Amino acid sequence: MSDPSARTPFWQMRGVSKHYGGVRALQGVDFACERGRIHAVLGENGAGKSTLIKIMAGVVQPSEGTMFLEGREVAFASPLEATGAGIVCIFQELSLMPDLTVADNICITDPPRRFGLIDQRAQRRRAEELLARVGCEDVHPRERVRNLSLSRRQMVEIAKALGRNPKILILDEATSALTAADVEKVYEILRRLRDEGLAILYISHRMHEIKALADVCSVFRNGRHIETFVKGARTDDQVIELMIGREYTQVFPAKPVRTEAPPKVLEVEHLSWGEQLHDISLSVGRGEIVGLGGLDGQGQRELLLALFGVLRGVGGTVRIDGGPVRITSPRKAKSAGYDMALIPEDRKSEGLMLPMSVRDNIAMASISQLTRGIVVDRGRERTRIEAMIKKLSIRAGDVDDPVATLSGGNQQKVVIAKWLMTDARIVLLNDPTRGIDVGTKQEMYQLLRELADAGTAILFYTTDYDELIGCCDRVEIVYAGRIIRQLAGEALTERNIVTSSLNLPLEIGAVEAVAQP
Amino acid sequence: MKDLRLWLGQNYGALLALALFVLMFAIYIGNHAAGLTVPVVTTAANKGVLLALVAMAQTLPILTGGLDLSVGMVFIMCNSLASSIVVGSPLETAIGVIVVLGVGALAGAINGCIVVYGRLQPIITTLATGAVYYGIALWLRPIPGGDVQEDLADFMTYTVFEVVPTSLVLLLVVVLVVWLPFRRSMLGRGCYAAGSAESAAYMSGVQIGRSKLAAYTLASFLAALAGLMLTFVTYSGEASAPIGNTYTLNSIASVVIGGTSLYGGAGGAIGSIFGAFVLRTIDDLLFVFDLPPLWQPLFQGVVLLAAVSLGAARVFRIRNRLELFR
Repeated sequence: MSDPSARTPFWQMRGVSKHYGGVRALQGVDFACERGRIHAVLGENGAGKSTLIKIMAGVVQPSEGTMFLEGREVAFASPLEATGAGIVCIFQELSLMPDLTVADNICITDPPRRFGLIDQRAQRRRAEELLARVGCEDVHPRERVRNLSLSRRQMVEIAKALGRNPKILILDEATSALTAADVEKVYEILRRLRDEGLAILYISHRMHEIKALADVCSVFRNGRHIETFVKGARTDDQVIELMIGREYTQVFPAKPVRTEAPPKVLEVEHLSWGEQLHDISLSVGRGEIVGLGGLDGQGQRELLLALFGVLRGVGGTVRIDGGPVRITSPRKAKSAGYDMALIPEDRKSEGLMLPMSVRDNIAMASISQLTRGIVVDRGRERTRIEAMIKKLSIRAGDVDDPVATLSGGNQQKVVIAKWLMTDARIVLLNDPTRGIDVGTKQEMYQLLRELADAGTAILFYTTDYDELIGCCDRVEIVYAGRIIRQLAGEALTERNIVTSSLNLPLEIGAVEAVAQP
Repeated sequence: MKDLRLWLGQNYGALLALALFVLMFAIYIGNHAAGLTVPVVTTAANKGVLLALVAMAQTLPILTGGLDLSVGMVFIMCNSLASSIVVGSPLETAIGVIVVLGVGALAGAINGCIVVYGRLQPIITTLATGAVYYGIALWLRPIPGGDVQEDLADFMTYTVFEVVPTSLVLLLVVVLVVWLPFRRSMLGRGCYAAGSAESAAYMSGVQIGRSKLAAYTLASFLAALAGLMLTFVTYSGEASAPIGNTYTLNSIASVVIGGTSLYGGAGGAIGSIFGAFVLRTIDDLLFVFDLPPLWQPLFQGVVLLAAVSLGAARVFRIRNRLELFR
């Protein structure tokens, strides 16, 4: 920033603040971005990134401050106005309507019309063009969005955003649900759009994405804009320090060194389910954290759901402590003798009852253990819940507040607390760190290792390769519903995971153990 | 090929209702002493179109994820009103028809404003406004009676060119002129979007308020049209709460039989028409098989359950139990 007055920035915010009641989500933020740049915005959850985006997209209005687009002052009362001005946002929570077709969704704001009515054919053509532009020719424009996978929906969302001819495109964790192949496509599109002169704002928790894409980075912390720097001006460690505002030490707790294999708690043999899971065999020992790796959507989620009794028509054998079991419902899975817990991926629909209190949510899965006669022992419930809140350092105003009032990271902790209350011996995790901040993630890694050391068997599915490497004792790579490779010890490297995930052979000499032919 | 498959999948409910209706109607005709004659069809059509119009009306609020419990009462109110003002010279009659339809639309606009701007829940709003509309009907017509312009009534309840029942033509015109354009308009798209995922629709810049307002207004407009038809069929007006309530509840049943999701976002008014025809044909079947009409509610209930069960047959194909909750 040699001379800021030399040129007006393309987009500028001056002294923007946003208060929600007494909470200051943004405080006096000065922020600018330029055309032809991919601008990464970094910060923990609660740092103010989402508020910044919501203000830009017209979802909320700033309490103070002014905004300028191309030098002219602007104010948006609704998302429609922001879109009209050329600011288009792809939100982390998808903005698609599941019952509408892909074409309807893509053209929702401004469909092509003839005589005032929507022109279905023109709409379909436009949808096809946009889908082709994001490399999703396989998506049929008349398919209902409900029937698409999460990854395809995300691509439709991007196609939809492009259809609105944005000047500023904002992506909020837009790649978190994508397959690796789609991520590459998205990178390519974003670079092309940048070269066409768009201003792109990119929010992500994944450092390697930011390194691969961003031209400029801005760090937010506690509702303030901390620093903006050109790519490469800071090292990873420095960036993370800026974000969390404290010394960045080691992310992952040390793995224990084992001399002999622990007793097996969970064993799966030749498990299959429809077209999606084939002949899966694996085992998790006492105190072990076994990772499930591979590209997103290869059957990892289904495997966890099958083990937890959610799926019907599952073939193969599952053993717990050596004895074969048939688990037909989550209720059975968590009952005595099985003692399983599943931390689901979508905390809003599968993990929490949002309008209910923190207390009720935490007690939900273990309520039967807290009763005296037929009534809940409120005293014991309170003691145990308070202990759990302290153990996980859940930041909640009051245990009786609705869980919806908590931040994303704290909500996820509530889900975990709920299942820890059941004293599960087998914990299944379905991508639990998606969209939560670095600080909370670190606490979670610590917690997982503590649980394992206390004897819990953990099966951990994550889309984050760093977590597979840092957290897991072993990693099973899933590809097209099969376990194609097991990586452990020295072989557990990012390179090997990526190579295996794409079902490519490992380099000669690499240590490997192929679990199933 | 893929297009056809998708189309079938997305119109499964409406097609099922159509098939059920064709089957039931064939049985009815096959067992009717007169067989497939113009008078038989016309009588069936006149009764069927009344419920079909109210069912179309009900479809719109349901598509937005709401419900309109006042359609039956608007139907009754407009019947009572029409039996007073749709009389006299052709000009007076025409003005009367316009006023009746206008009053209907106004009633719907009131519903819509309360739901959209008052942010009250549709069920309780329309329960309350329905009672108000019934009160107005009673005030207009404390005892059954009144009159209607006979030439118009005769024309509307007989046939065109002595072949096609006029009421069916009216229904077809409503589909072509009101429903299909609405479905393809921005407002109609907005209704589906709001019913499917309201917050996503808002984020996408869909004008939800305007769409919902249009849905409720159009709903009561169609209910008013049905009320007008009722006047033509009975040549009189009657402020009857049982009739109003029966139509409201049957309209919801028709919508469901016709494949529209009660959660909103999916379905359409054409399915509801067939749903209404299915329900009406039950009466006729009881008649030709000489069964006491007292059995009608029981049979209606059974058919409703059967239709809903068929629509829900996909549950057996679901192999991920989480999908049961969506």
